[in-house]
Amino acid sequence: MTGVSAVTGVSGTAGTTGAAGAGGGSGRTASAAEGVGAPEGGVDPAVVGDLWSSLRTTTQARIGLGRAGDALPTRRVLEFQAAHAAARDAVHEPLDVDVLAPAVAAVGLGEPLRVTSRATSRAEYLRRPDLGRQPADLAGLAWGGAGVGAGGEAQVGIVLADGLSPRALVDHGPGLLAAIVAALRAALGDDCTIAPPVIATQARVALADHVGEALGVETLLVVIGERPGLSVADSLGIYLTHHPRPGRSDAERNCVSNVHPPDGLSYERAAAVVAGLVRGARELGASGVRLKDSSLAPELAAD
Amino acid sequence: MTGPRYSQHLGGTTYAFDGLVDLMAKATPVRSGDQLAGCAAESDEQRAAAAWALADVALDTFLTEELVPYDSDEVTRLILDGHDRAAYAPVSHLTVGGLRDWLLQTCTRPDAAAVLAALAPGLTPEMVAAVSKIMRNQDLIAVGRAARVTSAFRTTIGLPGRLATRLQPNHPTDDPRGIAAATLDGLLLGCGDAVIGINPATDSPEATATLLHLLDDIRQRYEIPTQSCVLSHVTTTIELVERGAPVDLVFQSVAGTEGANAGFGVTLDLLREGNEAGRSLRRGTVGDNVMYLETGQGSALSAGAHLGVGGRPVDQQTLEARAYAVCRMLDPLLVNTVVGFIGPEYLYDGKQIVRAGLEDHFCGKLLGLPMGVDVCYTNHAEADQDDMDTLLTLLGTAGASFVIAVPGADDVMLGYQSLSFHDVLYLRQVQGLRPAPEFEAWLDGLGMLGDAGRILPTDLDASPLRELTAR
Repeated sequence: MTGVSAVTGVSGTAGTTGAAGAGGGSGRTASAAEGVGAPEGGVDPAVVGDLWSSLRTTTQARIGLGRAGDALPTRRVLEFQAAHAAARDAVHEPLDVDVLAPAVAAVGLGEPLRVTSRATSRAEYLRRPDLGRQPADLAGLAWGGAGVGAGGEAQVGIVLADGLSPRALVDHGPGLLAAIVAALRAALGDDCTIAPPVIATQARVALADHVGEALGVETLLVVIGERPGLSVADSLGIYLTHHPRPGRSDAERNCVSNVHPPDGLSYERAAAVVAGLVRGARELGASGVRLKDSSLAPELAAD
Repeated sequence: MTGPRYSQHLGGTTYAFDGLVDLMAKATPVRSGDQLAGCAAESDEQRAAAAWALADVALDTFLTEELVPYDSDEVTRLILDGHDRAAYAPVSHLTVGGLRDWLLQTCTRPDAAAVLAALAPGLTPEMVAAVSKIMRNQDLIAVGRAARVTSAFRTTIGLPGRLATRLQPNHPTDDPRGIAAATLDGLLLGCGDAVIGINPATDSPEATATLLHLLDDIRQRYEIPTQSCVLSHVTTTIELVERGAPVDLVFQSVAGTEGANAGFGVTLDLLREGNEAGRSLRRGTVGDNVMYLETGQGSALSAGAHLGVGGRPVDQQTLEARAYAVCRMLDPLLVNTVVGFIGPEYLYDGKQIVRAGLEDHFCGKLLGLPMGVDVCYTNHAEADQDDMDTLLTLLGTAGASFVIAVPGADDVMLGYQSLSFHDVLYLRQVQGLRPAPEFEAWLDGLGMLGDAGRILPTDLDASPLRELTAR
């Protein structure tokens, strides 16, 4: 596996073969551009390799990949294809609600209710965002009485939506939900009422406006799979809408994105921000551009 | 509307179209955004009939029948009030189909570039969009290649036999070391002659100023003949110009309707103000084009600002061409469509992205713009690197002014795939395309230029650029 050490630039032994062994290009081309040491340079390959290695600690960008002629070395092409495949699978694999539902129920808010959008397949969902914003049927949202906590209408509703990464919801949805519930109780008191969670499939954010109205909640949280990137395929976003009803614009929502521990935001940190926003929205009587996360935003920005 | 005014008999059926808006939409090659807007042809035969009917429309019709109302849309007023009748004269007697033939005839002439440049002010975006709809990909390439548009700041963009590149060293948190590392990577692979341009993670003036100084320091330290840009909102850039920040280019996303531009937070007056602010600094050395503009099919629809006369949806490719009227008002250094960026609900797959990329390049060039393309796609589109290879190769053939490149084709900040620096090496090698001349001379001075302009592999340890990341 000379290609491995060469392209990562951490081994001096790959100096002359470099990624050419993997890519079929000339040794001079590959080794020099990778900083593994030029043939005539007399440079300690490890020293130059260390530069790209240390630079990689500053960015996830695919820098210092080396050259096979004018092309990428084979290993780099294969790495890229694998990352792209993972991202595509994350988009196209449908949400297995029967797998997710027990894990959501275990959080303790009751059996999750279910709703699906008017998009009938992943392909239609991708082409028709308008259908993804409309519920096929809200009959599944009938629930007996108030949520967990005191009586009356629930203060908060939580929708778990597949969005563009069903995998993200399966991986992180139940854990994030538990953290949100704990944070809400810490912020609003143990008597805060939360409606049973709703699992929404083929769903865009605005679908949940219909759900929130049907549930009769004051503040709605949508936990949704974000568009997969090449490096991160399992990231969740959280959207907050106060007094949800169909027709709310995106400017009337607040968003916390990039929830995917361990590399992204942790469940606890995201939940703390959301709980602060819920409290702020209740005080302000609105969500959106006027609602600022004053307490936690600077702390986040400092990360 | 008083009823259908365009019709075509085809295959035993008479197809009727309700005005130019409907005819243009129905004649457009299939794409998901027009289906989403509800204006696409309902069958292949209806689309073919619409193309046939559109080919018979006189170009003069576009000067009298509006697609987006004149009274309520300042882009329409810009287009019609600014129309150059004298420049239009050579084609004023033609139909849309006749214009296609005329263009293909013209591009075989040795003076094609001059003829097309003289024609540009006489064409409206709607005329250009219409003719593009009845042109095959090879037609778009042939005419796009013949139309040459040059612009200049510290480098000259658009010269024959040249392909410039935007080096896009984005970072999810704007980390200066990470941005410098990606910049080093791109420079070592011969990229950055169109611009070194960062999409900032935030739009705060302070963060933008920090990045501007970072890029300007690098440029001055290594005497790199190029221009830098931090792609913040035009209002942010104007503020920074007033504060004395080192602003080379003034960036803004623009679209083809007043409403969509309002969604971007801009008006034509504000864009003119940005252009004046940039020019006032006189930082260019070989030219004074200071605007950098991005566009993309679907931007008006995504802003809900895509409706034309009678409240009917205007097809996204016509609206994209109208954005070029906004661009040419500003005499820009660089314009690029972000063709595959906006998502599969507008351009579903590789075929649609390739077609749209060629359309946008053709329309921009014919309207007189220094047109480049962000050859790109998102992970939820039906596209992959093979499709990007195809589009890149076609755009090289079509004479695109510049393309965008990022490390390893992976933009870690915007979460999509553009071209890699290596893709640019490939295209320059197989098509003999060279960097912008000023930048090429700089590469040569560093010993990075081989025979026939090939970018040589660089011994990083021996390169003075190695210290670029040291802060």
